[in-house]
Amino acid sequence: MSFVDILAILVPSTLVYAAPLILTALGGVFSERSGVVNIGLEGIMIVGAFTSVVFNLTFSDALGAWTPWVSLVVAMVVAGLFSLLHALASITFRADQTVSGVAINMLALGASLFLVKLIYGAGQTDKIAQPFYKEDIPILSDIPILGDILFSDVYYTSILAILVSILVWYVIYKTPFGLRLRSVGEHPMAADTMGINVNRMRYIGVFLSGLLGGLGGAIYATTIALDFNHATIAGQGFMALAAMIFGKWHPIGAMGAALFFGFAQCLSIVSSMLPFFSEIPNVYLLILPYVLTILALTGFIGRADAPKASGQPYIKGKR
Amino acid sequence: MYKRLSNILIPVIAVILGLIAGAIVMLVSGYSPVDGYIALWEGIFSDTYFMGETIRQVTPYILAGLAVAFAFRTGLFNIGVEGQFLMGWLASVWIGTLFTELPRIIHLPLAVLAAAVAGALWAFIPGLLKAKYRVHEVITTIMMNYISLHVVNYIISNVLTDRSDKTETIAASATLRSEFFAALTDNSRLHWGFAIAIAGAIIMWFLLEKTTKGYELKAVGFNQHASEYAGISVNKNIVYAMLISGAFAGLAGAMEGLGTFGYIGVKGAHTGVGFDGIAVALLGANTAIGVVLAALLFGGLKYGSLNMPLETGIPTEIIDVVIALIIFFVASSYIIRVVISKFSKKKGVE
Repeated sequence: MSFVDILAILVPSTLVYAAPLILTALGGVFSERSGVVNIGLEGIMIVGAFTSVVFNLTFSDALGAWTPWVSLVVAMVVAGLFSLLHALASITFRADQTVSGVAINMLALGASLFLVKLIYGAGQTDKIAQPFYKEDIPILSDIPILGDILFSDVYYTSILAILVSILVWYVIYKTPFGLRLRSVGEHPMAADTMGINVNRMRYIGVFLSGLLGGLGGAIYATTIALDFNHATIAGQGFMALAAMIFGKWHPIGAMGAALFFGFAQCLSIVSSMLPFFSEIPNVYLLILPYVLTILALTGFIGRADAPKASGQPYIKGKR
Repeated sequence: MYKRLSNILIPVIAVILGLIAGAIVMLVSGYSPVDGYIALWEGIFSDTYFMGETIRQVTPYILAGLAVAFAFRTGLFNIGVEGQFLMGWLASVWIGTLFTELPRIIHLPLAVLAAAVAGALWAFIPGLLKAKYRVHEVITTIMMNYISLHVVNYIISNVLTDRSDKTETIAASATLRSEFFAALTDNSRLHWGFAIAIAGAIIMWFLLEKTTKGYELKAVGFNQHASEYAGISVNKNIVYAMLISGAFAGLAGAMEGLGTFGYIGVKGAHTGVGFDGIAVALLGANTAIGVVLAALLFGGLKYGSLNMPLETGIPTEIIDVVIALIIFFVASSYIIRVVISKFSKKKGVE
């Protein structure tokens, strides 16, 4: 097995597993940069996955090959609206943001399983009729070597995730909106003095995390899981949270970390096909992302610090 | 007086709101909420077997709730109860299957102790990282949850057994089950664990309210700088608090390992007991007695909900929705307080 062959297996499957993590982690960046801790990413992914699967099953006859793409949009909207619950609790009602996030996770799982049983009368849905398929990307896949590794036999959604992370970097670091978003997360009182509506920015931050988290969950469901049950999303949201921290709350950093975690996840699945990696017990690959995150926070791999005001509700006039 | 009243009022209002919201969901989904809640009630109280099983369900919730509450009282948020719980479960079963000849009076306490120590050690890591490197415990404990899930699965199928997906059953000398309770409750799995749980609640109350150490732990939770100034070692107390909290979580694992199941199996996902512990602690306002009451409520709801699909066809998940909403309302207590204070002001004017 040549090196290029190994890469041609590893890179696309890394991208498959990383795409949902990248998008959800980017959502986390928006929320936390605005100053709202979002442990509810897991629940938001669950809502996204659930919505996309139900939409796919219901409308696959009417929409045909367009179904998965439309289901992504619908999942984003539903998850975005769902995330507003977290925003309402943690911004307007001044709830403890971690606690609210825990409640969001429980609510998402309970409500989506309740609905699955209500609609389908069983604990899990059927397999979806119109999933995403791996494709060769026109023109780009003809590039020698690079085309084989990066652009052949990939999902369009993986490419989308990479493009979105560049877009998010641009929005957060190169636009007035991004500057305002970051300022309410670092020093809300100063931002308020400059005429920025702190709570409105935070609502937008959480809503964007809902959109992106929902997209991540939907992509996971329509490329990897293909149905919905209680274990469809089992920890991916927390892994995305880890990626966001490991990436130091920076969009490109988060993408890099998510790619790395996706790599670890896909290794634990495809390692038996590869020389050398098949020797490593699975458990090490499975715990690697989490161990690395702890090490990153501890400062062994460059210190990671959260936005200063994250976790605290902003109360006007309070010092 | 007012503060005390609202401390009791808020959880009660949150529970009522949660149940009302659950009723609305049932109504919208085309079910009868009255039938639903009757089935829930009967699923808890209509039979001695159900009552025994309900208390069995409540037992780990009390200990998991104590674990979260204890950490909360000392200014720490231990989301890692789930992981510490799994470690405790594993350790109790390990010791339970390791010896076969020991008398029960030694074997059982040893297995229970092993669970507490395992939970404490698993919580020690985030405690140490917080004390030494100021790493936020919420993130580290979440990460530790996933590490424990994979490590426990690995140990079950590679160390304790040869590629099997569950361990052997523990020796009779390590079990918490009792013939007496089984006879009393129509062969339910009720076991001695609830005595441990109640003892745990009393210990937590005594430690926090009546001892100097408890005062120090709470002081660090209130204000680290003031504590430091008063000569209390903040770092040491953070580590102690995590150790004690983790020990409670480990004991909750022993309830499953030595009581309910008697073995541990490979898990595809977390059991949820640790996360329910957060709900219990929150509703119980982080006090020992509150935790016991909240665990009774949530344990009852969880076990009773199993009867709902049988009698009325309503999926059990409706209760997960209700519990999630209750936490949501408790967490949003600010708004409930605002409403209450407006209400009482109006009364004052009249």
